[in-house]
Amino acid sequence: MALLDKYKSLTDAATASGVTRLQVREQDNVLYIDGNAPSGAVKDQLWNIYNTIDPDFRAGDLVMNINVTGIIEGTKLKVVTASSNLNIRKGPGTDQPIVGKAAHNEIVTLVSRASDQWWLVRTDAGEEGYSYAQYLTPA
Amino acid sequence: MKKSNFSYLLLFAASLMIAATFTSCGPKDEDMKAGLTKKIQAMPDMQGVMVDVKDAVVTISGEVKDDATKALCETTVKGAKGVKSVVNNCTVTPPPVEAPVVIAADDPLTKGVNDAISSYSGVKADVKDGVVTLTGDIKKAELKTLMMSLNTLKPKKIDNQLVIK
Repeated sequence: MALLDKYKSLTDAATASGVTRLQVREQDNVLYIDGNAPSGAVKDQLWNIYNTIDPDFRAGDLVMNINVTGIIEGTKLKVVTASSNLNIRKGPGTDQPIVGKAAHNEIVTLVSRASDQWWLVRTDAGEEGYSYAQYLTPA
Repeated sequence: MKKSNFSYLLLFAASLMIAATFTSCGPKDEDMKAGLTKKIQAMPDMQGVMVDVKDAVVTISGEVKDDATKALCETTVKGAKGVKSVVNNCTVTPPPVEAPVVIAADDPLTKGVNDAISSYSGVKADVKDGVVTLTGDIKKAELKTLMMSLNTLKPKKIDNQLVIK
């Protein structure tokens, strides 16, 4: 129960900001928080709270799996890599061949969400393939 | 014949009086306690509720999962015969976690982790029994993004030993 207290401001914020299907479970001294955030901003805010409670995520006592809902087919996505191009691959995995690239800050279109990690996207130039979802955010 | 009819009448009247006496006193506390305990523990979500009775005043206690169940406990005993009043000392304790946490198997987890770290040249990762151990170095600005990716892969835990550049 100590972990619940430690991360109470985080779970309270998740509830207050409209995270749905919120599950907070403690197992083998790790707290697992799962849920669907209504926007990328809410997810980011929760991660900032996490980073405040546990600076640089060192404690290894929390696994926070928050996904953003409402990103549907046809959604315009912005490439949010640090600065480099985003690889577009034939299949979902870094072992898959690269079939195209999207530039930093370029806008692409979501075709489908293959998994939480890999999304099928299409560029304005017509290239289609899988990109890592972490580098895509609703435009 | 007449005399015998009269004695039957007397006997009948006597038995009526006895019955009336017992009814007005109501069941004894111990009987009430036994009956109400049986009744309440047969209800869903009330297996942990205890009943005590003293002078027809019923005290219920124990842990229930929510306020609605607590109220229903009270209603359940209130309507019973002979109950004068109810003291509701039940406490509300939310139920513990529903389903156990699902941890990814090492093979898909390793693949996912390798995908996630592939764009961070200084980061190395090791996966064993669901535990992801991160070593090497990373820029502070990139750490949160990497952790966001790794946390969606259903690891058991993440041991972050990265040196922040």
